[in-house]
Amino acid sequence: MATEALHENETLASLKSEAENLKGKLEEERAKLHDVELHQVAERVEALGQFVMKTRRTLKGHGNKVLCMDWCKDKRRIVSSSQDGKVIVWDSFTTNKEHAVTMPCTWVMACAYAPSGCAIACGGLDNKCSVYPLTFDKNENMAAKKKSVAMHTNYLSACSFTNSDMQGCDKKAMVWDMRSGQCVQAFETHESDINSVRYYPSGDAFASGSDDATCRLYDLRADREVAIYSKESIIFGASSVDFSLSGRLLFAGYNDYTINVWDVLKGSRVSILFGHENRVSTLRVSPDGTAFCSGSWDHTLRVWA
Amino acid sequence: MAAGPAPPPGRPRAQMPHLRKMERVVVSMQDPDQGVKMRSQRLLVTVIPHAVTGSDVVQWLTQKFCISEEEALHLGAVLVQHGYIYPLRDPRSLVLRPDETPYRFQTPYFWTSTLWPAAELDYAIYLAKKNIRKQGTLADYEKECYDRLHTKISHAWDLVLMQAREQLRAAKQRRKGDRLVIACQEQTYWLVNRPPPGAPSVLEQGPGRGSCAASRVHMTKSTDFYKQEIEYCRRAMGRTRVKSSVCLEAYLSFCGQRGPHDPLVSGCLPSNPWISDDDAYWVMNAPTVAAPTKLRVERWGFSFRELLEDPVGRAHFVDFLGKEFSGENLSFWEACEELRYGAQAQVPTLVDAVYQQFLAPGAARWVNIDSRTMERTLEGLRQPHRYVLDDAQLHIYMALSAHALPTLTLSQGSAFPTWLGPPWPLSCQCSVLSTHRVQRRRTGPDHMLKKGQVSI
Repeated sequence: MATEALHENETLASLKSEAENLKGKLEEERAKLHDVELHQVAERVEALGQFVMKTRRTLKGHGNKVLCMDWCKDKRRIVSSSQDGKVIVWDSFTTNKEHAVTMPCTWVMACAYAPSGCAIACGGLDNKCSVYPLTFDKNENMAAKKKSVAMHTNYLSACSFTNSDMQGCDKKAMVWDMRSGQCVQAFETHESDINSVRYYPSGDAFASGSDDATCRLYDLRADREVAIYSKESIIFGASSVDFSLSGRLLFAGYNDYTINVWDVLKGSRVSILFGHENRVSTLRVSPDGTAFCSGSWDHTLRVWA
Repeated sequence: MAAGPAPPPGRPRAQMPHLRKMERVVVSMQDPDQGVKMRSQRLLVTVIPHAVTGSDVVQWLTQKFCISEEEALHLGAVLVQHGYIYPLRDPRSLVLRPDETPYRFQTPYFWTSTLWPAAELDYAIYLAKKNIRKQGTLADYEKECYDRLHTKISHAWDLVLMQAREQLRAAKQRRKGDRLVIACQEQTYWLVNRPPPGAPSVLEQGPGRGSCAASRVHMTKSTDFYKQEIEYCRRAMGRTRVKSSVCLEAYLSFCGQRGPHDPLVSGCLPSNPWISDDDAYWVMNAPTVAAPTKLRVERWGFSFRELLEDPVGRAHFVDFLGKEFSGENLSFWEACEELRYGAQAQVPTLVDAVYQQFLAPGAARWVNIDSRTMERTLEGLRQPHRYVLDDAQLHIYMALSAHALPTLTLSQGSAFPTWLGPPWPLSCQCSVLSTHRVQRRRTGPDHMLKKGQVSI
């Protein structure tokens, strides 16, 4: 009754204060080992030269917003998905379309190439992950060969598949232990929703892109945020991020149609790339690092180098 | 100010950080001292105060943010697209021209974030006003919307027309200049909130965002939520952490080592295929090639994974193992990888196959694992899952990297480098398997070790 409610409120209040207390202590612990900033350490690193990156290929063929893309291991094929449910496989070097599939749902939000290069997986608002084997026989009905699987089709793209319902709705970046199913680390320094996360090539850190117009670097061993990539003139959220092969460059696609290139170590912006006519929704560096591809709501994909 | 119904309670402004940021920019642009130069603009027979030119806007942005003119033009264009700055002469097109074209700052009443989302009723009134005033010369898409709204709110249509007439009457009593400005402001607001077909809708969001945000804002934090937070904090407190200086130095050495191998940073020879349209680079670096490039061979020295993932590197390693050590260690390691990353349905079959081939007493390709690890692994095999061989795999990995790899030299006459020196640092190798493993090395209370972890 009334007394019960009162008791529950007290418990809630005491739990809340205990949680805040512990959080504060945790922050203190984390801060103890923070003896230097990244840009200080990076002072001895040579600055990068002038960057001239341009669109080298434009892939036109989607009839609606491009939502996701992935590279094939062969370094030139790309799979991309769009809002109208179409999934297209391109040889982006020649810009030829090689396969096209129509998904039964719209907003195909994730697609990935199997490491073997022989199948693609995609998923959307149907909450399923479907796998399509790729065949070169034009008469075969690809849709008929589709198999639905629950999870675990492409481990390396786990970021876009398994975390997609978590990272879009939170300012927290969480690292999960796949075995125990528990969250082992959480970072909450962004001021708005996080849209994209990507591991640093060594695996010891990851970058995140957020609606607060910043990208941040979190170190897993130091257990803290170690860099913020932001500029006053950058106002719109970053929708997708990826590292170059060495981890020296961070490419981030933004909702104001631009792509900003960051020097990961020095924290400065190296270049801003214009070209897309609507927001950049997805961005991946090619497997051999010779280029990166961006997909946009302007229905196109662009390969930059 | 155009009279109208009170703005409906909209989405919390916190959900649109870019709008707030744009608002801060336009506010500082209107600062009397530091802002953009204001002037009076002659339009037909009226004079409009507080106007700015497109080129002044671009200049101001260039200086304020220390950016290039191209970027400043882009930023200015974005402000215009979102209706924070509107053109005085051609209000139909929300474009920023970097010349003498006059613009003005939108009044906060009509800011996108103030009146969000735009109300159907208000749009109906606006269209009705336009219809009455211009004697029915609405644009095609506006006519369509008008007819649609008429059907939808037919029960309240009298109210719509009444409001429209009332607003027009009130407007007539204003000075011509004010009337013109208010009309521009209102038109801009509706161009942003009800864009004509073909124009991009700047207010569009992706799916699932709206409902998620709404539910989050109103979520009451229950005892369960706090209990979870407390649990997480307690676990996190016990974590071992590494000093920042150590972690950050690691980035420097990683980037330094990999820089020459990063085509976007250092270029690639003979040329980047995307730039030169020549795929020679890919041909030279094909998965199986007779003569791997010097850079490629250098990469094999970076980590075990690099070596194994390269078919040429792996072939050389297998060859070497065949001569000096036996190959079952590598085969076992690869079988474990297949289990970790393979299909869930295959787990029982794979585990069984691995056991039969490598772990069973008298197995054909028996691997030499210490008795403790073997015991624990066999125990775990009773309930197979994809990580059940982790400990054994790590043990074999250590054996390979501590003994086989450092002594891998090249046969005479090849162009490969000789690896000398200690094995790769454990942290580098272990990131291949799991970052947990690094922390495991430090001594800690026994209860921190989870089931299945090996203690050193």
